[in-house]
Amino acid sequence: MNLMQPFPIAVRALLRNKTRSFLTMLGVIIGVGSVISMVAVGEGAKSSVSKAFEQMGTNLLIVTSGSTRSGGFMGGMGSMPTLTWDDLDAIRSEAPSVRYAAPLMSQKTSIVGEDGNWNTQVNGTTPEYFPIRSWRVAEGSMFSASDIETNAKVVVLGQTVVSHVFGTGVDPVGKPVRIRGTPYQVIGILEKKGQSFGGTDLDDAAFVPISVFRGKLQGGLQQFITGVIFVGAGSAEETFRAQNQISSILADRHHIADRADDDFAVRNLTEIASARQQGMNTLTGLLAAIAVVSLLVGGIGIMNIMLVSVTERTREIGIRMAVGARPVHIMAQFLVEAMTLSMTGGLLGIGLGFGVSKILADNLVWAFVVRSDIVAVAFLFSAAVGVVFGLYPARKAMNLDPIEALRYE
Amino acid sequence: MKPVIRLEGVSKVYRAGETEVHALAGVDLEVGAGEFVAIMGPSGSGKSTLMNILGCLDRPTTGRYLLDGRDVTTFDRGRLAEERNRTIGFVFQGFNLLARTSALENVELPLVYSGAPRRERIRRAREALDRVGLTDRAHHAPSQLSGGQQQRVAIARALVTSPRLILADEPTGNLDTRTSIDVMALFQDLWRAGLTVLVVTHEPDVAGFAARVIATRDGRIVSDACQTARDARAAGGAP
Repeated sequence: MNLMQPFPIAVRALLRNKTRSFLTMLGVIIGVGSVISMVAVGEGAKSSVSKAFEQMGTNLLIVTSGSTRSGGFMGGMGSMPTLTWDDLDAIRSEAPSVRYAAPLMSQKTSIVGEDGNWNTQVNGTTPEYFPIRSWRVAEGSMFSASDIETNAKVVVLGQTVVSHVFGTGVDPVGKPVRIRGTPYQVIGILEKKGQSFGGTDLDDAAFVPISVFRGKLQGGLQQFITGVIFVGAGSAEETFRAQNQISSILADRHHIADRADDDFAVRNLTEIASARQQGMNTLTGLLAAIAVVSLLVGGIGIMNIMLVSVTERTREIGIRMAVGARPVHIMAQFLVEAMTLSMTGGLLGIGLGFGVSKILADNLVWAFVVRSDIVAVAFLFSAAVGVVFGLYPARKAMNLDPIEALRYE
Repeated sequence: MKPVIRLEGVSKVYRAGETEVHALAGVDLEVGAGEFVAIMGPSGSGKSTLMNILGCLDRPTTGRYLLDGRDVTTFDRGRLAEERNRTIGFVFQGFNLLARTSALENVELPLVYSGAPRRERIRRAREALDRVGLTDRAHHAPSQLSGGQQQRVAIARALVTSPRLILADEPTGNLDTRTSIDVMALFQDLWRAGLTVLVVTHEPDVAGFAARVIATRDGRIVSDACQTARDARAAGGAP
């Protein structure tokens, strides 16, 4: 039997009922489309997360103040500053796997320029912070260690702040700004960093020397670092060792006997990243599973219509059998019809999936990731749906008695 | 000469609940090549069952059926379909053409299942339509044709595979007298050209065109007689 022989018959039968064929396909179209777009959403989120972590810098550890106990009440992590400037010095000098350590303290406050102002996160830090975050200066220069010693009133701005305070077409380097009444000189502009995985604009920030921040912006609690310490390990392999070294140094310095009572936390970004990615994988799997269910429902729709079609065309089947169609011919005809429906639906669904993924990616500012293996699997799955759900109606058609079928009104 | 049809003690029993219906009760029949046979009988005489068995649409309960020398009683559904395709051409009372399908494509249909290439299918289908005088109606759908024309398309479809045997089941049952005579004249032409034709009917007028008339009653053959076939053209418009 020629394998292509039933194909024109099937196409003709389907074109005869265009609306019905399209509605039947709709289940598969939506099924395949949602499989592709749901996986794309998951993958896009995943790649955004990993990109965000890459932007934060590799080999990165964050040391935060831990919870403190006051009268049996546990505060949240970082609720009470416990990290001191001496702790920072100890981390720098006593942990061999630590390459850089930089404090970071922030205040939300206004930056006032000649033509505009902008409320932003003003951070105090040391120059080491920037290599840890793999963040470079795009124009001008970074403040130096001597700027910290001399309490130089200088500021380095993120791109978002520049655009709000100075607008476009102005070179802000060398221009003055005021922060809480104190005049500062802009000495550098940071390169564009984009969004963090939490969705915050990383470029909406300004940086001043830590000494100036302590003097002008910190307020009370001068002996504590009211923020976090960013640590860059020597290499990715050393990150874990650095984490342990910092933990034992701080435990020692804070006189903590039982490590469960730590009043600080050393967080490894790789751990957070992989935990997040695992969460994303679970999410992707869940979305894909729901989508597969909708594809199955689409298959049942095809089976339903094929059964109706077999009944409607009983007489046609009888005529075909009378003039010499073998049971295998009849079965092939209906099976090919079901497969044509499901595979056309699959192709249209791929188109829909691409469209929806693109729209979602554009609106959610995610990467547009359509995995070609998922597209292939979704298409093959739709073909399989056609075979599986076409088989029962096709067998029913094949097993019709030609005499009964010819008599059918 | 080897007979086209040879039935040996063929019977058919249908079960309807507890009761058994003997639609055919031991039929022996031989039809030679080039014969024009009419099978007559009132309804319930078993002629339809006989027709279904002769047409390889059904199998006898007991007995043997040799079609063109092959014992088809043992054939499975697939091989029976092949016999219907190659050895037999069917003409039905209700025409049984595919709706919304052109005359040419209807005539092509048996060739689709015999695996003929498309070019050859179209050539042979056109030849068959020429033979029944419908050359200019090749692209009309059945709904655009008169009853007589539809039946002639059906006859062209029966002819297209060059079968050994044409089986017609009440071929004039849905046609008026004039058209009936045209259709029977066509069968006579085919017979004269050498085909074996077997017509089932309950109308004596129609049976009059055949050279041999077999009468059935209660599942048996009660008479089998040769006659001088009445010429359809000579019969004119008033049978």
